[in-house]
Amino acid sequence: MKILKIIALVLLVAIVGIQFVPTTRNQSDTVPETDFMLVNNVPKTIQKKLEVSCYDCHSNNTQYPWYNKVQPVTWFLEGHIKEGKAELNFNEWDSLSARRKKSKLQSIIKQVESGEMPLSSYTLIHSDAKFSKEEANEIINFITQLKDSL
Amino acid sequence: MKKSKLSVGIIAIALVIFTVTSCKDNKQDEKSAKEDHSEMNHDNSDGHHDGEKKEMAMNGNGASQDILNDYFNLKDALVADDNAKAKDLGATLAKSLGNLDVSNYTDAQKADLKDIIEDAVEQSEHISKNDIDHQREHFKTLSNDVIDMVAITGTTTKLYEQFCPMYDGGSAWLSINEEVKNPYYGSKMLKCGKVQKEIN
Repeated sequence: MKILKIIALVLLVAIVGIQFVPTTRNQSDTVPETDFMLVNNVPKTIQKKLEVSCYDCHSNNTQYPWYNKVQPVTWFLEGHIKEGKAELNFNEWDSLSARRKKSKLQSIIKQVESGEMPLSSYTLIHSDAKFSKEEANEIINFITQLKDSL
Repeated sequence: MKKSKLSVGIIAIALVIFTVTSCKDNKQDEKSAKEDHSEMNHDNSDGHHDGEKKEMAMNGNGASQDILNDYFNLKDALVADDNAKAKDLGATLAKSLGNLDVSNYTDAQKADLKDIIEDAVEQSEHISKNDIDHQREHFKTLSNDVIDMVAITGTTTKLYEQFCPMYDGGSAWLSINEEVKNPYYGSKMLKCGKVQKEIN
């Protein structure tokens, strides 16, 4: 009994303790001129959808809900954001060459088509980030058009 | 019992205070935000660092023929439905792409090649760590890159540009053999496709 209490206390201390480990916050006040939405004519509904479903990990600005400020969730997210931005950063869209844009668009189409993006671990909590079949089709059609126009 | 509880409590409080004072969360936040910024600027200023790295890589003494050989090995692994082998060969190809010597080309060609290589390396890296469906998706983009590369570098051996109208709205690849063996479908539809162009 005594041991259990001590273990519980130690765990509590550890959980409280890791809250103070510094993390890198992915936040920015400015949207650069190279942003996907600024250089492309994106319909409002698709704009909204991309912002809600993609921008948290694929831009310089993450909308953090409160629980994302709690460790160890933050660490888990930090990894995803870093990886996501390395693959594709919508904020820096226009700095890519036409070839690179085309291949990124191709990957977006494939990822949405196969349902791999948005990640299921993300939509589990952000249910509004999920794409319905129609929404997925709408996005795929738009991205395909954009790709063909390049 | 009471005593030990108390002492554990004290230790807990001490630990918390220690972590708070030693980390100074706020300051750290500012600092990391700044770091983020400088990183961003880096990226925006056309990735000076990145450019340097690529420049170095591009000044290698690799020949386009090495790239083609690695590409054909990768294609054969996909024809054979061999996911593991394709992973290894994707990594090999990423390396040989980065080694391409561009010193003998015009500035415009250098810029084109750099763009092609950058894209092809990304596709190869994806191929080196994904399942076979993904590998084939990326192989399509990779093949377009390699076809564009050959248009600039030329080739010492005769190549066949082949085309499968069924895979993803039509997809091309290169082969040294005239006989069609489809890397996008493998054993499922080995013969699907035709020669659409002879190069060299």
